[in-house]
Amino acid sequence: MKAKLIAIAAAAMVGMTMAVPAALASPEDDLKAFREYFKKRFPNVPFEDFANGVYAIDPAAREQWEAIEEFPPYEINIEKGKELFHKPFKNGKTMASCFPGYKKGIKQNYPYFDTKSGKVKTLELEINECREKNGEKPLPWGKGPIADISAYLTYLSRGHKTDVKIPNKAAEAEYEKGKHFFYAKRGQLNLACADCHVYYAGHHIRADLLSPALGHTTHFPVYRSKWGGLGTLHRRYAGCNKQVRAKPFPKQGEEYRALEYFHTYMSNGLPINGPGARK
Amino acid sequence: MRKPILITMAASLSVLVVACATAQDKSAAASSASAIEQGKKIAFDRKKGNCLACHQIAGGTLPGDIGPPLVAMKARYPDKAKLRAQIWDARKKNPHTIMPPFGPHHILSEKEIDLVTDFIYSL
Ligand code: HEC
Ligand code: HEC
Repeated sequence: MKAKLIAIAAAAMVGMTMAVPAALASPEDDLKAFREYFKKRFPNVPFEDFANGVYAIDPAAREQWEAIEEFPPYEINIEKGKELFHKPFKNGKTMASCFPGYKKGIKQNYPYFDTKSGKVKTLELEINECREKNGEKPLPWGKGPIADISAYLTYLSRGHKTDVKIPNKAAEAEYEKGKHFFYAKRGQLNLACADCHVYYAGHHIRADLLSPALGHTTHFPVYRSKWGGLGTLHRRYAGCNKQVRAKPFPKQGEEYRALEYFHTYMSNGLPINGPGARK
Repeated sequence: MRKPILITMAASLSVLVVACATAQDKSAAASSASAIEQGKKIAFDRKKGNCLACHQIAGGTLPGDIGPPLVAMKARYPDKAKLRAQIWDARKKNPHTIMPPFGPHHILSEKEIDLVTDFIYSL
């Protein structure tokens, strides 16, 4: 059993080093190349439309989706999130005390690199940090109230363009970790995020059309009919890891936060349009 | 020029196969048909080969279109061992391949890969 695992890890390493494009390209270079790739791959899709995920490249499914968006299934989640956000903690304060700019929209700047703690901060991470700072229990990641609050704040940010910054070397190191994760072959099936969402985006895997990674992050949290509810980006990461028979990483752990940092940076310039609705 | 050669090869091959089959006893011929049937089950099973995720294969519904359709395999792989090697580990031919390494990652056993090869070879 052990030997088997080691063999798999070794294979994954080889795949990784080969799949990661030219080492030490700057994030700006990566971003340019990423956009260019998708522009060439889908010449008829206007840049902003990539924010619509798979529906940017699937006209048939898009019609149904647009009908769903007329009466969005996540509307109730935005309401619940709003209520929770403004409900006073035991100490009398509300979450608004932690997110002073929330009315104008803040989601476009997440995740960000916090120089003081040396950590990548996601919106969900800061929602729980806010609760704990005020003597409340943290919420479970992934779904439920945390997704509702995130949906409310994301909704207020609609239309702002994704604007993730990489301010210094320490931040760039986190970015590199996320990039590595994205291009690394993983799991028993030996597939990278990039295999499905870059190299074969626009192809069908069984009956599912694979969405381009460009624009992936703009519409989270997402209501999925498969989930019967709202879920966060890290819930989706865990799902895509499980599909390749890899053990998912902890939600809001270092790995997924680094991945989110890279993944969201790649969508810089695209409008926030979450929460979204998906199959 | 190439095509007629392939056809003659395929034709002579099938003559050979028929000759072999008739030479063998009935139970051996039956097990080969059942091997193909078993291989098909493994190939189509989502928890096993799940080849339809990426390949169009006769008899399978809702195939993906990531890899090439698996048709006329005897013509493309006159050497069955090469076909088995491709299914065992597609990275040998293409180090960046998206096709899972069924053998080295123990997704399928040696026996299961034999059966899948029998099935794919029959296409
Ligand atoms: C085996 C193929 C496969 C791999 C590997 C894979 N995914 Fe996915 N992913 C899918 C499919 C299928 C869907 C659903 C259809 C779609 O939107 O692409 C999906 C959906 C998603 C979505 C939701 C898109 C949306 O608009 O709602 C995100 C985000 C995502 N994947 C990220 C990732 C990341 C990050 C990785 C690597 C950790 C990854 N995926 C690996 C197949 C894959
Ligand atoms: C995740 C995608 C994927 C899965 C699953 C997959 N393949 Fe493939 N396969 C490919 C791709 C892509 C190619 C094209 C060559 C390459 O890129 O390596 C290929 C090539 C092949 C070839 C060579 C075809 C030729 O014309 O040379 C054979 C044979 C094959 N696959 C058989 C199988 C079998 C049998 C299974 C299931 C047990 C399977 N594949 C599962 C993606 C896949």
